[in-house]
Amino acid sequence: MSESPVSPRKKSPLSEFFNIIRNESLLRSLTLQVVAVLLAMLIGAIILLLSGANPIQAYGALLRGSFGSMAVLGRTLEKATPLVFAGLAVAFGFRGGLFNIGAQGQLLLGALTSAVVGFAVTGLPAIIHVTLALLAGALAGALFGAIPGALKTYRGAHEVIVTIMLNYIAINLTDYLADGPFKDVSPGNIVARTPQILDTARIPSVAGLPIGFLLAILVAIFIWWLLWKTTFGFEIRTVGLNPHAARYAGIKVARTVILTMVISGLLAGLGGAVETQGVVGRYQPGFNVGLGFDGITIALLGKTHPFGVLPASLLVGAMKAGSNEMQFTAGVATQITDVIQALILFFVAADVIVRGLLRMRDTGDEGVKLTTGWGKQ
Amino acid sequence: MELSSSLRLALIKNRNILIVLGVVLLLVIYGSMVNMQITTALLASALRHSTPLILGAMCGLICERSGIVNIGIEGQMLFSAFIGFLANVYTGNLFISVLIALLAGALLGLLMAFMSVTLRTNQIIGGTVINILALGLTGYFYTAGLRTQGKLGPIPLGPLADIPLIGPVLFNNPPITYTTILLVFIVNFVLFRTAWGLRTRAVGEHPRAADTVGINVYKVQYVNTILAGAMAGLAGAFLTLEAVGSFERGMTNGRGFVALAVMIFGKWTPLGAWGAALLFGFTSALQTQLQFMGQIQIPHQFIGMLPYLMTIIVLAGFVGRSRAPAAEGEPYIKE
Amino acid sequence: MMEDGLALEVRNITKRFPGVVANNRVNFSLHKGEVHALLGENGAGKSTLMNIVYGLYSQDEGEILLDASGTGEVKPVEIHTPHDAIQYGIGMVHQHFMLVPVFTVTENIILGDEITRGIALDLKTASDNIRQVSQEYGLDVDPDAIVEELPVGIQQRVEIVKALYRNAKILVLDEPTAVLTPQEVEDLFRIIHQLTERGVSIIFITHKLKEVLAIADRITVMRRGEVVGTTTPQETGEQGLAAMMVGREVLLRVEKGPASPGDVVLEVKNLSVADDQGHMTVRDVSFHVRAGEILGIAGVQGNGQTELAEGLTGLRALKSGEIQLNGKVVPAVNPRTLVEEGMAHVPEDRHKHGLVLEHTIADNMVLNTYYQEPFANGLRRNPDAIEENAQRLVKEFDVRTPSDLLAASTLSGGNQQKVIVAREFSRPILLLIANQPTRGLDVGSIEYIHRQIVAKRDKGIGVLLISAELDEITSLSDRIAVMYHGQIVAVVDPETTTREELGLLMAGAQLETAIPVGGAAPDSALLP
Repeated sequence: MSESPVSPRKKSPLSEFFNIIRNESLLRSLTLQVVAVLLAMLIGAIILLLSGANPIQAYGALLRGSFGSMAVLGRTLEKATPLVFAGLAVAFGFRGGLFNIGAQGQLLLGALTSAVVGFAVTGLPAIIHVTLALLAGALAGALFGAIPGALKTYRGAHEVIVTIMLNYIAINLTDYLADGPFKDVSPGNIVARTPQILDTARIPSVAGLPIGFLLAILVAIFIWWLLWKTTFGFEIRTVGLNPHAARYAGIKVARTVILTMVISGLLAGLGGAVETQGVVGRYQPGFNVGLGFDGITIALLGKTHPFGVLPASLLVGAMKAGSNEMQFTAGVATQITDVIQALILFFVAADVIVRGLLRMRDTGDEGVKLTTGWGKQ
Repeated sequence: MELSSSLRLALIKNRNILIVLGVVLLLVIYGSMVNMQITTALLASALRHSTPLILGAMCGLICERSGIVNIGIEGQMLFSAFIGFLANVYTGNLFISVLIALLAGALLGLLMAFMSVTLRTNQIIGGTVINILALGLTGYFYTAGLRTQGKLGPIPLGPLADIPLIGPVLFNNPPITYTTILLVFIVNFVLFRTAWGLRTRAVGEHPRAADTVGINVYKVQYVNTILAGAMAGLAGAFLTLEAVGSFERGMTNGRGFVALAVMIFGKWTPLGAWGAALLFGFTSALQTQLQFMGQIQIPHQFIGMLPYLMTIIVLAGFVGRSRAPAAEGEPYIKE
Repeated sequence: MMEDGLALEVRNITKRFPGVVANNRVNFSLHKGEVHALLGENGAGKSTLMNIVYGLYSQDEGEILLDASGTGEVKPVEIHTPHDAIQYGIGMVHQHFMLVPVFTVTENIILGDEITRGIALDLKTASDNIRQVSQEYGLDVDPDAIVEELPVGIQQRVEIVKALYRNAKILVLDEPTAVLTPQEVEDLFRIIHQLTERGVSIIFITHKLKEVLAIADRITVMRRGEVVGTTTPQETGEQGLAAMMVGREVLLRVEKGPASPGDVVLEVKNLSVADDQGHMTVRDVSFHVRAGEILGIAGVQGNGQTELAEGLTGLRALKSGEIQLNGKVVPAVNPRTLVEEGMAHVPEDRHKHGLVLEHTIADNMVLNTYYQEPFANGLRRNPDAIEENAQRLVKEFDVRTPSDLLAASTLSGGNQQKVIVAREFSRPILLLIANQPTRGLDVGSIEYIHRQIVAKRDKGIGVLLISAELDEITSLSDRIAVMYHGQIVAVVDPETTTREELGLLMAGAQLETAIPVGGAAPDSALLP
């Protein structure tokens, strides 16, 4: 689609020219993603038809339930917030060459830890309490993320399986903790959950719009800056693209891999903390059901870039928020959004199909390199 | 003499498992002297737990021996479990339902092959797509309250079933369990002693070498992945049609991933994977039994964590030392 | 020996790939029983042509003709897959062996053409057949050996037996001598003669002039996808062939004045390094390099050179031994310390170690200096400084690219190597370690890099040159160290040592007449 002409080397006009080309490739990327989503929704509509539902009614309800009013928009943003963090966590991992499917478990631990700090620590002013609880959640996620990082570096254990196993372990662990040592023992409560966090730990909403989402945007910007504007980010990306050349470059690969997983886990844990402090107000098992593959879909839909993760999270958040309305008015089970999500992931991953449809050539845009086997690379 | 050489190879490669199994054997002998009934129940339970694991592991290793890393085993199992369940609800015929479950698994195997071989999608992502798709589709189409029309029951093999300890455990099993044990030996034979197996392994180690002697790499990968999918389908059928008798959302609960650890632990050989699966199964059964007997006061959530912890330990402990098929995970591009 | 009649002919073969015409109306004929060399530099189209004959590619235009019935007359045939080629009696030994390392020799040879008893493989019968074939052609191979445990020369024989087992009457050898010692090359030539005596016709693809003159009956030269001409060793010599290959007069030896070596810049003492499998592939190696000289390490690939280079440059841990740069012991041998102490490294595998293909050319230019001023200020990168550096270097080293903001993957092999050279040569350095610096490059790039290396040496920098191309070593080095089985077996003067002597040393033979060369430092050794 775009040829690379040979032009004499001038300074500013040339950089401007190549900025345009890069933006053009940005346009191409955007088109690919949008078409992938549309295709997925089309097939989703077919499935809806097959099961006797009315796709137009269903999608209409979905739209109303996510963007129809300020209140509903608030819910969409609420749903989107932890997704941004999960998406950033997975995208960050991808950039470092790691497939972090454990965002779910890291998020749960972050949520629980934040809740515990939220209700157990008293006498602090709001700003400090909020920050402390957030940091606690982030730290819990970071530590949990360090485990697969260390196992990969020192034992060559592939992070895909380790993180999935840790997800199950995290579910069991948080279940136990919420049903045991941290259980809400106030009179009348039998459900496994922690007590409510104190008001000083809460993250408020302003005019129905959650500040947690604003925080998510800020974190996304920070991650972008970290990856592309700092030496540390250069090291992470280099290790992700070519660990051998990274070693040649003098980068300490083992340290970088572990730090990548730690930061990835931190982001997920932070997401859990924001969810506890901004939405739920306590830790209750089951508040974020589904095996957290959302993060993967969002990361890939957003081309593993922080600024892509934001709109992708809004899309998936909208689907989650709107699915209740869809079930209510159109009688469609909420799981259809899972199916659509899987289809989006399929079309994004198999972009050959979409590119074929649009007759686009493959120029091999900067994608993700993931380790493919089980042994040490 | 010649027939046992592949057996010998498997035994040598899996020394570690043999040692642990030896220890287990001693425990069993001790246990049967103390309480025959409980020991028998324990072993039978171990075999039950191991069946989906070994089937999943064989699914995984057939794919990987052909060069395809398949982490979608979980999704294949879940999907086939559901389809088999539905088939039984609407036809009442267990045998046909099992076949339909096999087809469901093979269908997802076809999808995996299509994504990995033709579209050249990253195989880890491809497997993830299958997992999410299975979760979503089964969750969406499942309505509570559906019941199967019975489930597959045990078939005692005559007088063999009466042998103390071994009898009830090995010779009084439902059909899928028997089939699974047979499959272990069949797959082992095909993989290591037939031309198809040789070609498969060549494709997984050095696809270009296979290509240059005229082997159709893509065909080998497609056929193997589809067959492997059917194997996962059998595991799914086992869950709903033999073990439990009904369906529940997400009922595979990570077995498909544990199966990958079993595969690695078993060094990508069916016999090795069988030993590993029995080990995993035995541990699950033992812990449940001890819990039940009140010997150990551990919260049930920690028991639940056990198979996942073991998987991590296996990966951390053993994968560095084992050698996966050299060309797995890379799409083969015929120039 | 050459008989009458054609075995194979290709007419007007054309093959296009995106952006390049690999074969352009190529005509080529092979007489029965002849050894016909296909000569050309990297990228000339020789391998493409043979891949078409072997069915790995399909031609866009043109036809292949074979004498299928043994009458001496060729008729057009359709070859779409290797299977077809094998049916027609064509066998190919690739440059990178098509052997499954974990299989036995038998399993590799019968792959795709298996003998079975019922449904099971009949390896016993297969082994017996293979033993028979190998003995008939005088090619000893052990059918039960595991391929990855065999030496490279034997692996090549397995490849040849594999073709003969399938009744190949036409054998294509693609760069077969790349991995052989001069002695093993002699063995291969002997085998080739035996084969032609039995009526096998041979196509010998290479870029090495000396070999072509030694073995070929006829020589066809290709350049940029086209046939330049066909000749015989009687009608031409090295200079003539080189001119045909490149299209202009070629400097076969780089111009180089005498060296004036100064102080020792690199001292290596008792270095031992293991490979990935734990085998000690570098064993107790000691040598030194002086400022202003080029020390070449000669040896066939696989004698420890890779691990030696990786050990010296911090890419692989040292099992034992010590490295001194400029008289100071290097305590922590890692790439960053070495770069800061003045070492430059042009690595063997440019895609693995030398570049990150997905990063921009500009980023690759600062790959190992990205953290230093002015390219970064603490944590913050300085894109303007990086950009300015890149533009300067692209101009100075003539890297052909429209913009340094493009990914390095957009560059040709020669230009990618230039990026690495630009990066390493533009720092103030004491020592340059260049490992296979011109592998896979066209003649123009090779000449350029050779000139650059000599220029550095003339500026007083010490150069350690590791290469499997003996010509490169002999033309550039002031001293030559020969590596065999992980040890330095001799250090010799290129002016007074013959190619044959070098070949013997590379094969591990003893040599009484090798004169040790070196200064005060005890580095030379006449064999253990």
